[in-house]
Amino acid sequence: MAFVNLKKKEIQAKVVYYGPGRGGKTTNLEYIYNKVKSRIKTEMVTIKTHGDRTLFFDFLPFNVGKIRGYDVKIQLYTVPGQVKYDATRRLVLRGVDGIVFVADSMAVRREKNILSLRNLQKNLATFRKSIFKIPIVLQYNKKDLAEQGIPLLPLQTLEKDLNSQLKAPSFEASALTGMNVVPTMKKIVSMTMASLLMELK
Amino acid sequence: MTYMLDQEQLDAIEDVLLQDLFDVGVNCIFLIDMAGNVIANLDNGEIKHDIYSLAALAAGNFAAVSTMAKIVGEDEFSLLFHKGEKESIHFSKVLTDFLLITIFGKGISLGFLRLKVAEAAEKIKKILESSCAP
Ligand SMILES: Nc1nc2c(ncn2[C@@H]2O[C@H](COP(=O)(O)OP(=O)(O)OP(=O)(O)O)[C@@H](O)[C@H]2O)c(=O)[nH]1
Ligand SMILES: [Mg+2]
Repeated sequence: MAFVNLKKKEIQAKVVYYGPGRGGKTTNLEYIYNKVKSRIKTEMVTIKTHGDRTLFFDFLPFNVGKIRGYDVKIQLYTVPGQVKYDATRRLVLRGVDGIVFVADSMAVRREKNILSLRNLQKNLATFRKSIFKIPIVLQYNKKDLAEQGIPLLPLQTLEKDLNSQLKAPSFEASALTGMNVVPTMKKIVSMTMASLLMELK
Repeated sequence: MTYMLDQEQLDAIEDVLLQDLFDVGVNCIFLIDMAGNVIANLDNGEIKHDIYSLAALAAGNFAAVSTMAKIVGEDEFSLLFHKGEKESIHFSKVLTDFLLITIFGKGISLGFLRLKVAEAAEKIKKILESSCAP
């Protein structure tokens, strides 16, 4: 539910990072926060458990700059990925304008990725939104683990499991090293803005 | 889903916030939507709260409390209020998609505040209904 403030010529929109528990959603936001924190006044908000797992959400407001004369503010959120937090996950999705699905490239997490994507589809449906219509970007995270000899899912497998129907833009990434974190974010911001501007026409 | 508010509507909303709430001594007021977007805000200049974070947390908190209400069989809890040592915070739903949040000090009683918030909410409702809001 993006909000266009014609008085301030400002647009606010909501992007949610979704995906299985421990997939690296919070790490994505932390990386972005560390890049921009010297320039912004606000702090990243996190609601987590003692074990560092997201309990409700992380929140980071991000100023994109001017697009077609409008000041664009994107609110970045993460959901809690653990299966048991489905009710809270749904709350965070309320009013979402764009989604980054952070999949875990580790071979042992294959099933969890698929289930989480299905869960996203189901939860979007409760807000009468379609996963096929909302702007969405896939991120195959933890690619850096290959160097440590940890078995990872090949790109073709991830694409087949998660993207054969969606056909969304996808990035191989490492939220830990920062590889492709910013390009992922830039892609979802530009897709979200494009879809928003279409709606406004 | 996108909605717009123009200068006239936003000015009208700010007038209501100013006259009905600010002038009775509330420290900080903001109107947000349930996605956590900030529509309008006013503060007395003394306290600089991070309103975007507050809005995100308030929307999340309100949503969580509403869900709790449903689980125990209530439509909605009618009073949403947190009391602090110096500052207290009060939430009031406007239509289905908006939330009016006031932060106020010891100088105002909760009863009086609720009355004022209810009046302001009613006026804001009319303004929002006249827009292309969701
Ligand atoms: N090697 C490696 N580890 C990562 C990467 N991204 C995240 N991690 C680690 O994976 C663990 C979980 O990361 P989080 O970012 O907390 O995962 P999350 O998706 O927010 O998890 P929930 O909050 O439970 O949903 C942490 O120990 C991270 O340091 C990555 O790209 N590479
Ligand atoms: Mg997390």
